[in-house]
Amino acid sequence: MKRRLEALRKNWYKFSKNPVSVVGLCFVLAVSFIAVFAPFVSPYPSNAGRFVNFADASQPPSLKHLCGTDVFGRDILSRIFFGFRYSLMMGIVVLSLVVVPGVVLGLVAGYYRGTWIDTVIMRVTDVFLAVPPLILALAICSVLTPSVFNAMMAVSLMWWPWYTRLVYGLSSSLRNEFFVQAAEVTGASRSHILFREILPNCVSSIFTKMSLDMGWVILIGSALSFVGLGAQPPTPDLGTMVADGAKYLPDQWWIAIFPAVAIMITVLGFNLIGDGFRDLFALEEI
Amino acid sequence: MSILKFLGKRLALSIFVLFGLSLLIFTISRVLPGDPVRMALGSRAPQWAVENMRTQMHLNDPLYVQYYYWLSGALHGDLGQSLFTRRPVIEDVKEFLPATMELAIFAGLIMAVFGVLLGAISGRYSNTWVDNSVRIFSYIGVVTPSFVFAILFLLLFGYVLNLLPTVGRLSPWIHRPPVITGMVSVDSILSGNFAALGDAIKHMLLPAISLALGGMAQEARITRSTISDNLGKDYIASAKGFGVPERMVMLKYLLKPSLIPTVSILGLDFASLLGNAFLVELIFNWPGFSRYGINAMLNKDLNAVSAVVMILGVVFIIVNILVDLLVAWLDPRIRLGAERGK
Repeated sequence: MKRRLEALRKNWYKFSKNPVSVVGLCFVLAVSFIAVFAPFVSPYPSNAGRFVNFADASQPPSLKHLCGTDVFGRDILSRIFFGFRYSLMMGIVVLSLVVVPGVVLGLVAGYYRGTWIDTVIMRVTDVFLAVPPLILALAICSVLTPSVFNAMMAVSLMWWPWYTRLVYGLSSSLRNEFFVQAAEVTGASRSHILFREILPNCVSSIFTKMSLDMGWVILIGSALSFVGLGAQPPTPDLGTMVADGAKYLPDQWWIAIFPAVAIMITVLGFNLIGDGFRDLFALEEI
Repeated sequence: MSILKFLGKRLALSIFVLFGLSLLIFTISRVLPGDPVRMALGSRAPQWAVENMRTQMHLNDPLYVQYYYWLSGALHGDLGQSLFTRRPVIEDVKEFLPATMELAIFAGLIMAVFGVLLGAISGRYSNTWVDNSVRIFSYIGVVTPSFVFAILFLLLFGYVLNLLPTVGRLSPWIHRPPVITGMVSVDSILSGNFAALGDAIKHMLLPAISLALGGMAQEARITRSTISDNLGKDYIASAKGFGVPERMVMLKYLLKPSLIPTVSILGLDFASLLGNAFLVELIFNWPGFSRYGINAMLNKDLNAVSAVVMILGVVFIIVNILVDLLVAWLDPRIRLGAERGK
């Protein structure tokens, strides 16, 4: 336990020496803080959802409304703050649904490389990877009633194969290492070999992929709500806000641009952290 | 020989994957809660009309029978009737697919060429101001959704600067080239109509760049890191030491092997490009397959959605095979059939 803490401390030291990843961490922490405490930090918390105030409609950015207001008079900054909640939730829910099955399938397929188990798992994975993820997610969303929850389900259904493929590559090469063979010889159980011998060696790759994927999932989620197959108005979702704002574009640019910037900042944060991990663990192929 | 064998293996696998995909998309399209026929005919259509159409579409049969009808139809080029455009889906495909292919190929070329170029420059002059600005550009490219690029370009070039057309494929006053391939730019080259070619490219520029930027940034990042890694390797130093001309070292010894990782992810980048086309075509009102697809999805047009996904699956598989061939050409370790490094 103590040794692990020590290793963690060392990794943190190396991570914190990389200014790029620290900037990313700051972005992510700021966005998470705002998301969690949205009702307290946003200037007009009541403006997030169903709210109309035509007296203040379509105001350009000012000191009173830092990012302006939309056509219903809702404060855009407050809606962005609440929108972070949906973006982060999208990422967290999708990844927590996807990582465990994806990783387990990849571990098993890699360990049983060359048998029918490998063939079945990896060919099914191939089928899911045969279409660009956004297209299949759109198709799934289109048959369901559009909502944040269904968008999460659709993206999750599309996302596990990436983890299977990643872990498959690692575990199929690790299974020939001496420490795995040693464990086999001493009669360790399969679950011990898979989860205690092979898995710990994949953790850094999985972690790195997860932090990069937070960004991708948020991007896909915003794309789904942009076309109207994800979150529905008046939900303060960033993608929906960009889509709404796009209608008023040349003149009332602030309605679309600020939510778009908010998406970019969130994704950038996770990307920078992911790059930091990648450098830290000296990984190449993620 | 080994290339042929490799191709054969890939094709066999592709057929299996497409079969799996057809099962998947069929399942997805039939778990729809609600009645697609009722939606197509409207709530005021009489019950007998709905029943007729259900029987006609085999919707009353068990699922595996429906799947059989659907698959055997699809194999004969009959993708069913679009419930929304009321035309055979295959007609819609013929009409809309070329426009998307034209746009996607154009965007893919921009992505690959400029991605490699930027990455190579950035890697060659790493840690200078050139490198830093390319890196900042790549971060922006990676984190910006393509629909945001599309909106920004629409705003900037279409309205503010008014430099480029933002809607459609040709200006109304341009003499239209005859439809040969359906890709306007190719048709105008084939018919020697260069006014139309210029106009078509102008129309493609904004949507293509919005699609290309994300992948371009990825390509640039990967190329940069391989180039700057390889630049420090002994074989480059020794080539220079032997007095090989700088240009030759850079192009032949440095660039070519450094392209392998870049080309390997081209397939993935092209995939996200195809996906993003669904949004970008909608924004630029590009009369393509993806706009057709997204409208089919928004209208729950089952046959059309299944066809769109299947056809883009086929396109994607072809692209991946091309990418694999390209990698094999670049990487003698793979080409000569040796054990793959990874």
